[in-house]
Formats: sequence, C-alpha cells, structure tokens
Amino acid sequence: MNRLTDEDLALLLLIRLFERKLLALFERGALNGTTHTCLGQEYVPVSLRPLLRADDWVFSNHRGHGHYLARFDDPDGLLAEIMGRKGAVCDGVGGSQHLKRDRYLSTGVQGQSLPVATGVALNLKRTAPGALACVYVGDGTWGEGAVYEALNLAQLWRLPLLVVVEHNGIAQSTPTELQMAGSVAGRAAAFGIGHRRVEGWDVADIRQQLAPLVEHVRTEPAPLVVEFATHRLGPHSKGDDTRPADRRGKDWYAAYRAAHPGQAARIEAAAGERVDRIAEEVAARPPSTWTAT
Amino acid sequence: MRVGENLNQALHGLLGDDPSVYVLGEDLLDPYGGAFKITRGLSARFPGRVLTTPLSEGAIVGAASGLALAGDKAIVEIMFGDFAALAFDQIVNFASKSVSMYGHRVPMPMVIRCPSGGNRGYGPTHSQNLQKHFVGVPGLSLFEMSPFHDNRAVLDRMLASARPCLLFEDKVLYTRGMYEVDDLFAWELAGDVAVVRPDLPAAGADYALIAPGGVAHRAVAAMRWLLLEHDLAGTLYVPSQLYPFDVSGLLPALGAAGLVCVAEDGSAGGTWGSHVAAELHTRLWGSLKRPVRLVSSADGVIPTAPHLERDVVLQDTTIRRAVLEALHG
Repeated sequence: MNRLTDEDLALLLLIRLFERKLLALFERGALNGTTHTCLGQEYVPVSLRPLLRADDWVFSNHRGHGHYLARFDDPDGLLAEIMGRKGAVCDGVGGSQHLKRDRYLSTGVQGQSLPVATGVALNLKRTAPGALACVYVGDGTWGEGAVYEALNLAQLWRLPLLVVVEHNGIAQSTPTELQMAGSVAGRAAAFGIGHRRVEGWDVADIRQQLAPLVEHVRTEPAPLVVEFATHRLGPHSKGDDTRPADRRGKDWYAAYRAAHPGQAARIEAAAGERVDRIAEEVAARPPSTWTAT
Repeated sequence: MRVGENLNQALHGLLGDDPSVYVLGEDLLDPYGGAFKITRGLSARFPGRVLTTPLSEGAIVGAASGLALAGDKAIVEIMFGDFAALAFDQIVNFASKSVSMYGHRVPMPMVIRCPSGGNRGYGPTHSQNLQKHFVGVPGLSLFEMSPFHDNRAVLDRMLASARPCLLFEDKVLYTRGMYEVDDLFAWELAGDVAVVRPDLPAAGADYALIAPGGVAHRAVAAMRWLLLEHDLAGTLYVPSQLYPFDVSGLLPALGAAGLVCVAEDGSAGGTWGSHVAAELHTRLWGSLKRPVRLVSSADGVIPTAPHLERDVVLQDTTIRRAVLEALHG
C-alpha cells in the first residue's frame, strides 16, 4: 500500500475513530436511536474527495458519516446532529441518516436518492455543465426498483451521474449471494452504462484509476457506475453483527499500520485526541433547538 | 372554454413566464400531448423543458424533487392518478419530508398532477380518487381542480408555497365548461372557496354542501333537483385546497345551515370528508343542527361496466338522497 499523505491519513483516521466513538457512546447509553458506521469503508469517500468539486452534489445514504466527513471537516456538527445537541447540522431533526448541507444530502430509504440525483443532474447539465451528481449506494440498494428507473432515465438523458457502489458483500445481515442474482456490472451493462470495479484500498491508485473516468462524466455527460469491492468491518447498526469474527473482511488500516507504523501511530494519536475532545465538548452542549418546523 | 383548455393554457403560460419550470410525464410529447391532451403543444414550444419519460412514476417524481432541490420548479403528470401509488415513497418519504426534515426549510416547488375519478368506464385501477391516502402527510398539500378556480392561479399558488403539492383533476371535468354553472345558480370566490348558491336573494341556508371541484357538477345537479322538487335551497362550498383545509372562514355559514353535508368522490372509509367532518364537529359543537353528513363513493372497487360503475361511484342522486334523508329522515 502506497504511503498516504498525512492529510489523507488524518481524514481516514478521523472517520475511523469517529465511528468507533459512536459505537462506544452507544454502549454507554449516551446515544439515542440508531446509527450505521462505515468502519472498513473509510477509504472510499477519501479516495473520491479530490475528484469531486464544490459545485458537485453528493447524495449519501444510511451509512454516510464518512461521506459527510470527507466533504466537510465538521465532526462537531455531525456528532451534535447524532446527539441532538446545539450546533447540529440539521438541528437534530434528521439525525445520522438525514443530512443536508449545501449540495450534500442523505436519505434513509434505500434507492430513494438515485431518482432525486437524476433530477439534480438534469439541472446541472443545463445550468452548470461540468458539475455532476454523485450518489453513494450499497450492494443491498440494488434490490430496489428505483435504482433501475433512475439508471434508465440517466442514460436516456445522458446525465452526469456518478453512482458509487460500496459493495461490502453484506446487506444488513444478508450476504450478497442471497440477495443479488447476476452482478452490478451486468446490471449496468444492461443499460449501456459504463462500469468500473475497484479492488483494493490504495488511495493513490484508486484516484489514478478513477480520475479520467470521473472527468469523462463531466465532459461527455453520461452516468457511470463505480463499484468498490469493500468490507464492512463493523455491525450493520450496533451490536447486530451475526458474522463470525473471521468473516468480517479485511481491514485496510491493519495493513497500512503494519507497513507504516510510525506515521500511523502519530496520526492516530492526534485523531484520537481530536475525537475525544469533540465528544466531550459536544456532549456538554445544550439540546438542539428546532426553529423551522 | 373548457376546464382542460384552461389547464393547458395555464401550463403554456407558466412555462413561457418562468424558465425554471419543467413538465415531466409519460406520453406528453406532441402530437400526442398526453393521455388527456392537457400537455398539448407544450413540447413543441418548450422542447428542453417538457420531457417525456419512461413508465417510471417513482423516478419521475424523484427527478422532480431533484429539480426542485437544485432551484428549478417541476410539474409532473401522472397519467392516471391511480399510478401515484407507484410514487408513494418519493412523495411521502422524500419530497414532503425534505421540506422540514433537514432542520431548516428546504423549498420544494413541485406539483404532481393526478387525473382522477370514474364515470368514464376505465375500471378499478384507472378511476380512483386517491386523496385520502395523502391526507395528513406533513409537508404535503392537496389541491383539486375545479370549474371555478383558474388553473394558472392555482399552479402559481402551489409553486409559491414551496411545498410539494398534489393536484387532483377529475377527468370528466376536463371537457366541462370553465366558470359555467347551472342557470338557477350563481357563484363567487370567497378567498380559496367558490361559493355557489341559488340566484335568489338571501336563499341557501337550508343546507350546506362542501365538495371538491370534481364533484361540483354533481353537487349542483343535486341542488337544482332539491330546489325544484323540494323547495330546498342550499349553498355549495368548493375549496381549491383540500389539505391543509382551514374551515375558519366557513364556520358562521355552516353553523347557521340546517345541515352540513360533505360530498366526495373517493371510496368510503378514512376519507378527506371524515377529516373535515371531525373538524366541524369540534369547532361547531353546539351550533350544528345535526351531525355532519358524509357522502362518497361506495366502499368498493370501481367496476368497468357502466351500470355497475354508476352504483359505486358518487352520483348527483347519491347527494340528493343523502340531503333529503338527513333533513327529513
């Protein structure tokens, strides 16, 4: 694995430690409701970060904390949202899976965002050529009919739509082989839509592979499906992982730490301190106020 | 002019005046111009903004939401209102919730047009009025086309509200005259509500009817018969906005009426009318002369054969029977 810049590694570990902190807070009973962590998948949004522009839209899903943190350096606002504290991104109304800030938006219903992103891409094609709509989905999302309706529209209308599939092999508790006939590649091909499968977690290598493809979406508008073969290391939400520990997939960070122990230790310590400090500070805030009902 | 032409002209005007407006739907390109010809001429004049779509109601409404989020305005034609069920998630869980679920207000200017109603022989899945399934959804407003409300004004109002709106359009109404009413009756707009009463001084307190626009003609036919055959003079109230529906302005007149009857076209059970009746019972307890009477289509599927359909779908005779029964027992 190539050496990461300190900046990339700091973001990766911010996401990792933020998610671990959430699970710890849940165990202590300090969090309400539910949450879905992206442990193991942190490198997906971090790899895409420099390939996306400020005028692009990003649509995230239930497992979206990494997507948000890769877009905004705002762990405080996100944690406040999840904890319902002052300074929350959406006043504590949306919570973990319903966030909107500028051109970033997440929703909690599988497949729902793809048609919406298609409409945004229609607007962008006309008003901001070169900008695109990026949608994160999982492998489980491909069970929803909305996905196919949207892919059909986006390809028919040649819209700048980047579909990022985080294929972690498990939809909540159901392994891919029990929920998907055929493949993501085959489904994209059925619409004549380009597809690229990304193996591995080498951030520099992923960026190099994807940069020309993403650029192509901008210059010759048409949808593109990028499928990351990734691993969900943690539970679906919290404490609900029924897989044996040795079947939870590979951890990019374990591999990276073994290869670059000095840098990893230094940056992990700094990220840990930051997350601890934020957690303490946010927990001490007063409850959020919902002003615009 | 017919009501359908008024709506067609409203869409022409809107697209012409506002370059951020899109119209999306199935089969709406010229020369076909939509299953009911309401979009006729639009695609020829505004080719980039009047888009024919695949049979994908969910994606069409989702795309409309995306346009709205990005600063445009979207009008969706659902070919038969029954198919709005295919877009239920996008309407209820995305478009409507987006107005408020992100903490701050998110403008969602979009209109979902739903050609609705029976008496055309289209059968169980092409004849319904689905209003009741959308009553009480936070962030969602319901309107109904009427022969008294100019469609351009209604469209402007819906888009200006920046909330997703469903517009129910009775299919029979498309071919009826705009602003025309029976020669025995006169009408005027009182705010959002069209008020129709006998064209006689101080008449119309024997009973009050509340009905959405699609029922207006059946209601007036019933009122004519009640006037001529039974000397009963009633007043009809036709709101343009069905939900949220503010009854405040109607309370004095309704409280003074001999009977309040809500007539609607949807199937019985859990209806818009029962919501209105509950509100009136609460607000007018003590002044109502008798319980609010509800009339609707039967609690059943809508048959295709005309003689069977007539028995299920609300008719003018259903309304006049209900009024007589309530007043005279």
